Amino acid sequence: MSFSKSGIMTKRFKPSQTFKSNEITDEAVFSSRRSLLKSMGFVGAGALLSGSATARGWFDDDEDKPAFKAKPLDFTRNDSLSTDETMTPYAKVTSYNNFYEFGTSKDDPVENAQNFQVDPWSLKIDGMVRNPITLSYDDILSKFPLEERVYRLRCVEAWSMVIPWLGFELNKLLKLADPLGSAKYVAFKTLFDPKQMPGQRNPFMGGGIDYPYVEGLRLDEAMHPLSLMSVGVYGKTLPPQNGAPIRLVVPWKYGFKSIKSVVRITLTDQEPPTTWNRLAAHEYGFYANVNPNVAHPRWSQASERRITKGGLFSQNRIDTEMFNGYQEVAPLYTNMDLTRYY
Amino acid sequence: MKLLNKPLRLSAWQITLSKTLLHLLILGWVIFTFYLGVTDNLGADPVKALIHFTGIGALNLLLITLLISPAARYLPAPVLMRFRRMLGIYVFVYAVIHLLTYISFELQFDWSLVVGEIVKRPYITVGMVALLLLAALTITSPNKVRQRLGKRWQPLHNTIYFVVFLALLHFSWSRKTGLQEPVIYWAIALLILLPRLQYLKQRLQRAR
Repeated sequence: MSFSKSGIMTKRFKPSQTFKSNEITDEAVFSSRRSLLKSMGFVGAGALLSGSATARGWFDDDEDKPAFKAKPLDFTRNDSLSTDETMTPYAKVTSYNNFYEFGTSKDDPVENAQNFQVDPWSLKIDGMVRNPITLSYDDILSKFPLEERVYRLRCVEAWSMVIPWLGFELNKLLKLADPLGSAKYVAFKTLFDPKQMPGQRNPFMGGGIDYPYVEGLRLDEAMHPLSLMSVGVYGKTLPPQNGAPIRLVVPWKYGFKSIKSVVRITLTDQEPPTTWNRLAAHEYGFYANVNPNVAHPRWSQASERRITKGGLFSQNRIDTEMFNGYQEVAPLYTNMDLTRYY
Repeated sequence: MKLLNKPLRLSAWQITLSKTLLHLLILGWVIFTFYLGVTDNLGADPVKALIHFTGIGALNLLLITLLISPAARYLPAPVLMRFRRMLGIYVFVYAVIHLLTYISFELQFDWSLVVGEIVKRPYITVGMVALLLLAALTITSPNKVRQRLGKRWQPLHNTIYFVVFLALLHFSWSRKTGLQEPVIYWAIALLILLPRLQYLKQRLQRAR
């Protein structure tokens, strides 16, 4: 007990009850507040920082977010269909993704997709086939022997990567389903699960796209040996942000054709609707073949920035090649005006 | 409606100190971010990150600059006007760094591509026009130039409202889909410009 100068007795305040911080705020509420604050971040003065908020190591979140566990896979490497160009490092392949179901920024998917459920999964192949099939998660990983193929990936936004995918040829899957002679196109659909995919719940987060994401190929394109169903990258199963558990990879087309987290493949005789074409038909065609001679209305496609390792001063801009350098697909498009069918 | 009982005042040294801190913050931020880019600590694509950082940074500074005169009037805090030119010039500085980053790191000095993109792509043309206007406003910022321009100075500097429009158009147009951050920015800009619209209305009524 002590006396102050004025002679009034002072007593140290002792709370009758003590709380730990986690007893005051429920963790779910706490983290939703945090995400609200974060989502508001870019409109406040903190917006200046928004670009650098992606800086790894400097501004890392202190949230406990269990990273998705990627499993090692058995595979054989296909050298003849692989490029020997410098590969894009795993960290960049898995942290720079266009997957609007998890947010429109490149670093949103890695942030928001870590708890995505890939097992159980169901991939249905139906439509104009003699033998409709449904593959489970285990089927997807074990039904076909896996190959590693190092493909170039050219995004319509004029950047590119070199990625070692693991997967099997789409034609193997289609042959199993046995398409009818009348089938002309293959339609693909991504999972629709607004509970797991914030961009599907909130149009603002998902860029106002009409979900589920859909894509399509002509049957002869789908049967081409380069068309790959990928289940892994860099020797392990795909992380969710890259389209786990199974995605399409069509290396001679712009990246948006390579639909992620596929749940349904439907054979049809009509050209199927495709998401980006529906959104902006004058900018994104059904074919979307990589073509340096046909500019996107808002930017040139004649060259691209290759993302490999290193910082600002190790960037290189290279010429974009017709069909992304996969000339073997050219016969698919003989007598077609690729300026009109872009 | 006033938020403060008496106008906010700052002594000379407080103004100097605040200005120094603002310089350090605004310049330090961009230098630090470029440092992160050079050392590959800015995500997978440092070029895109820096283009976005400088572009959004310029836009944020522009909106803050436009907030100064209503804040000075309504708080009231006339002393804030002492900071407006400095912030306005930093809008130009950030916009120039934005363009230089695009030319040097995105297009890597492929000059035919640079010219082609500026002429052929409407959203880049719009951005360039905004930048040229900002350059004109920056050049006419020193007091001496202002005095020489006399009555013509204010109409010239009113083009800043057109710059806001162009900058927001440039930002929205650069995106792949419509429903993204630009929508929020349009709303904020409208909110900031609202008091001016009222002020304009009053003046027009008085003139009648």
